[in-house]
Amino acid sequence: MEVRLRVDPVACDGFGHCAELAPELISLDEWGYPIILGESIPKQFRGVAEMAVNQCPRKALFLERVATPTTTPTTR
Amino acid sequence: MTDLAPPLSSQRLLAGTDHGQRLNYEQHRATHGDLLLPARKQVHQWRTTMLDQIATAGLTGRGGGGFPTARKLQSGVNGRRRPLMVINVMEGEPAAKKDSVLACFAPHLILDGAEVLATLTHAVSIAVAVARDNPAALHSLELALSERKAARHTPFDVALVAPPGRYVAGEESALAHWLDGARAVPTFRATKPSKLTIKSRPGVIDNAETSADLALIARRGPEWFRSGGLGDACGTTLATLSGNVEEPGVFEVPLGTPLRNVIALARPQGPILGALLGGYGGTFVGPAALDAPYSQSGLRPYGSSPGAGVIVAFDGSSCGVAETARIARWTANESAGQCGPCVFGLPALASELELLANGERVSGIQERILSHLEVINGRGACAHPDGVVRLVRSAFAVFANDFQAHAQGVRCPRAGAPSVLALPENSGEIEWK
Ligand code: SF4
Ligand code: SF4
Repeated sequence: MEVRLRVDPVACDGFGHCAELAPELISLDEWGYPIILGESIPKQFRGVAEMAVNQCPRKALFLERVATPTTTPTTR
Repeated sequence: MTDLAPPLSSQRLLAGTDHGQRLNYEQHRATHGDLLLPARKQVHQWRTTMLDQIATAGLTGRGGGGFPTARKLQSGVNGRRRPLMVINVMEGEPAAKKDSVLACFAPHLILDGAEVLATLTHAVSIAVAVARDNPAALHSLELALSERKAARHTPFDVALVAPPGRYVAGEESALAHWLDGARAVPTFRATKPSKLTIKSRPGVIDNAETSADLALIARRGPEWFRSGGLGDACGTTLATLSGNVEEPGVFEVPLGTPLRNVIALARPQGPILGALLGGYGGTFVGPAALDAPYSQSGLRPYGSSPGAGVIVAFDGSSCGVAETARIARWTANESAGQCGPCVFGLPALASELELLANGERVSGIQERILSHLEVINGRGACAHPDGVVRLVRSAFAVFANDFQAHAQGVRCPRAGAPSVLALPENSGEIEWK
């Protein structure tokens, strides 16, 4: 089962705590609001993702199941 | 929104409203015939038939989304708790006047449709939401309700309500929020389309024109409705025409009419080069799209759609970059102030577009705009910022030469030319309750 991170932008305070905890999964825009990287969370980062979710002070970050496994076609 | 010119063409939705005639209840029934709602025993059967007919009619939501109405209603019909039916006459698009025209001239069609919808969804009551700053529409609907009372026609409880007239206040989660006693701002919904809740009941929200269409489908059936459109497009629709035209106003046109012919109704001042379609969160289209059918499928190849029926025709007398900057600034000011990427991103984008429009040479400005579009897109709770992104992207394509010239610091020959856009003042004092 693929999962991904989502942000509730109304709840988010934009202090960027999550990006410090999970820089592999979250970057910040120039105003400090999180940008979720990638379509789904690689296995090895599941734990990190869960930690970021649990530590979000506004409960703005959450995990969501990816409905159809998105195999993003990459051209190499 | 008060000085509405009477609609100029009238066929189906606007039948009988020529010369600015408002149809009272009696005139409405003389024009369209009586609406027959099913007796209690037949309701169940009627619902099934009606849903089938709406699907066959090919009706799509006329509020902007363009989603098939039958499919949307299916979910409202199957709910366990009886829903609240909401008719959306908010019309937050400054260049749109079609729902107001319907409300002012054919209010009973909207109310008939509301009864059809409420019967279909087994609703407990109906709320008709009109923006507070639209007294003409409010007055006409209020009068219509009292006309129905006088005729002893009150199958449902109908409440006329007046939320604040803000751009995003008509967004359905904002409307549901306000009806629930909160501020008229959108709420974040993890899944879309999601279920709306109003006073712990499911909320079903449909646009005023969609509702009026249902009033006609219920009377005349799906084949008749379909026949109003051209080609594969179903039914007529209301378009609000403005821009470089002699006779701006609301026109009822067969969906699928070539865009050029739709614009011709408003008597263009000169050769038209393109149009802004849908609304201020819509898309600019260039000359190639003028021969496209005005319908969802016809405009899709141009990345556009009829949206909320707004058509701002332009003849190239004003600067495309400046027009884009104006809309960006206006929409930035209409943000509901909740989501970072919208609150900070839209003003940043507007400022960059203004710099470019004013002919200031800032190196890398185009790239900065493009990267901001990327960053803002899809990151608000509602589609407001995405609409701005779509609009600016379409402007880049349609006004490519203008953008190029501005970026290279060529003096814009149309600097200071009057705008073709109707942009009201952003309401200074923020009123959301
Ligand atoms: S930790 Fe939570 S509130 Fe803070 S920036 Fe991340 S999502 Fe937003
Ligand atoms: S995206 Fe903008 S308009 Fe929509 S809810 Fe967030 S702040 Fe408000």
